[in-house]
Amino acid sequence: MFEQLFPNVRLEDIVTATNETLFMTLVSVAGTFIIGLALGLLLYLSAPGGLWQNKVLNWITSSVVNVFRAIPFIILILLLFPLTDFLVGTIRGPKAALPALIVGGAPFYARLVEIALKEVDHGVVEAAKSMGAKYSTIIFKVLLPESMPALVSGITVTAIALIGYTAVAGAIGAGGLGDFAYFYGFQRSNMDVLFLSTILIILIVFLFQFIGDLVTRKLDKR
Amino acid sequence: MISIKDLSKVFQTKDQEVRAVDDLSLEIKKGEIFGVIGYSGAGKSTFIRMLNRLEDPSSGQITMDDQDLTSMSKKKLRVARQDIGMIFQHFNLLWSRTVFDNIAFPLEIAGISKEEKTQRVNELIELVGLSGRGNSYPSQLSGGQKQRVGIARALANNPKVLLCDEATSALDPETTDSILDLLVDINEKLGLTIVLITHEMHVIRKICHQVAVMEAGKIVEQGDVLDVFLRPKQKVTKRFVDQVMGDPEQENSLELINEQYQKGRILRLHFVGDSANQAVISDVSRKFEVDINILHGKITQTQKGAYGTMFVQFVGEKDEIDRAIEFIESTSVEVEVNPSV
Repeated sequence: MFEQLFPNVRLEDIVTATNETLFMTLVSVAGTFIIGLALGLLLYLSAPGGLWQNKVLNWITSSVVNVFRAIPFIILILLLFPLTDFLVGTIRGPKAALPALIVGGAPFYARLVEIALKEVDHGVVEAAKSMGAKYSTIIFKVLLPESMPALVSGITVTAIALIGYTAVAGAIGAGGLGDFAYFYGFQRSNMDVLFLSTILIILIVFLFQFIGDLVTRKLDKR
Repeated sequence: MISIKDLSKVFQTKDQEVRAVDDLSLEIKKGEIFGVIGYSGAGKSTFIRMLNRLEDPSSGQITMDDQDLTSMSKKKLRVARQDIGMIFQHFNLLWSRTVFDNIAFPLEIAGISKEEKTQRVNELIELVGLSGRGNSYPSQLSGGQKQRVGIARALANNPKVLLCDEATSALDPETTDSILDLLVDINEKLGLTIVLITHEMHVIRKICHQVAVMEAGKIVEQGDVLDVFLRPKQKVTKRFVDQVMGDPEQENSLELINEQYQKGRILRLHFVGDSANQAVISDVSRKFEVDINILHGKITQTQKGAYGTMFVQFVGEKDEIDRAIEFIESTSVEVEVNPSV
């Protein structure tokens, strides 16, 4: 049945490619979450009226975020080749895609984090201040928990963008389903390979969206 | 307890300076419920927020329990704030935490051990009448219940002072009353000093001992609630007193009374403090041969006793009426014969 529908697909190849895509996505989502969260917090806290109100810091953070969001992903990968080589030791394979994925994803997520934090009721921050809370307490016990549903739905959106990025990275040698679809499918005119890869990517996207929605709903007590 | 000297707050906007609080001095005694009333924009909100330095004063001094709050470092201020509870108009609860965890939050900040925390939170839930709701989330509570959580949270670290920033303004009249009852209860049980700001005279009337009227950043009138109610000096104060006493209505009805009741004598009886508890009317009707007709009146209760006015018509022999009036004058009720508007 499988062989009839997809005559040019070797099962172990597609399993390997799917695993590579999942690996790239999961690790880059984790990295993006941590770095994006830090950048988003910095943007929010250094903004006028924020806890660490600081014009210079805000300008620098904001500029870095904007510059990296402006660079098209395929060019970002090329620009980061020296950094990738230094960090990973190679510029080929799934691991080599990670620096570019995180550098591309984190600034995008940072803006979503900033928006999520801005939505936190200012009165709640004031209440915490009136109880004598330290800034670190306000950040970790008020700002982050109160914005958690928005932070989770933000990382869901970012994760789906990252799945798209892994396919782009695949086309220049990172492996995964994008690589598989491009080299084994498109370039060899094996339409069944292209088709199956697409279906698998769509399934992965659906899975991430489903999990993201579920967690968001669980966290939201409003 | 709280001593405020020459306190000012100036906001600098693009083209002008706004003096939200202007050279304000005030003494608040321990165990007192001190109310500040004013229309919006009077500066009362800025004033109360300076008491725990959510807003930093531009100049002046605030001393609380011999501690100078205004010169305190950030670090010392954080500790001092644990002695000052605050409740808010919009409650400001963390929706991501349960009732229990919201109340536990200030205890976490103060670094209280887990067992002590659990015990203290359960006490507080009991105190504010929310037994059994500990595991609910704020979104599952009514406005009044949310404010109860706010109060419990503010009391968690056994503060010496409770600041109430328009704490009942977002609540319906019935819920307002139950929250005010709770505040009085806490004031009596714990001997807590309460400073509240409001734009509703009803709140002042119901629970405050002392009142200050604020206008354009200054305190224009201040004193015992009963005194201020009886003898309001400023125009603003009169308007606030009218809020609860409905004076315009009274003038209108006095005109009608003078037109319609020509027989006998019309008297205005003024009840102040204890006298409102005396059964003057029934005494008079028992002792003298006069018919008493109640025409118009309102008696209201304050923390310092009752007060109000009543218009009555005495019908009967002229001498008998005079003797009855003499009798009333011998009590603490003030009498005015044939009052005019």
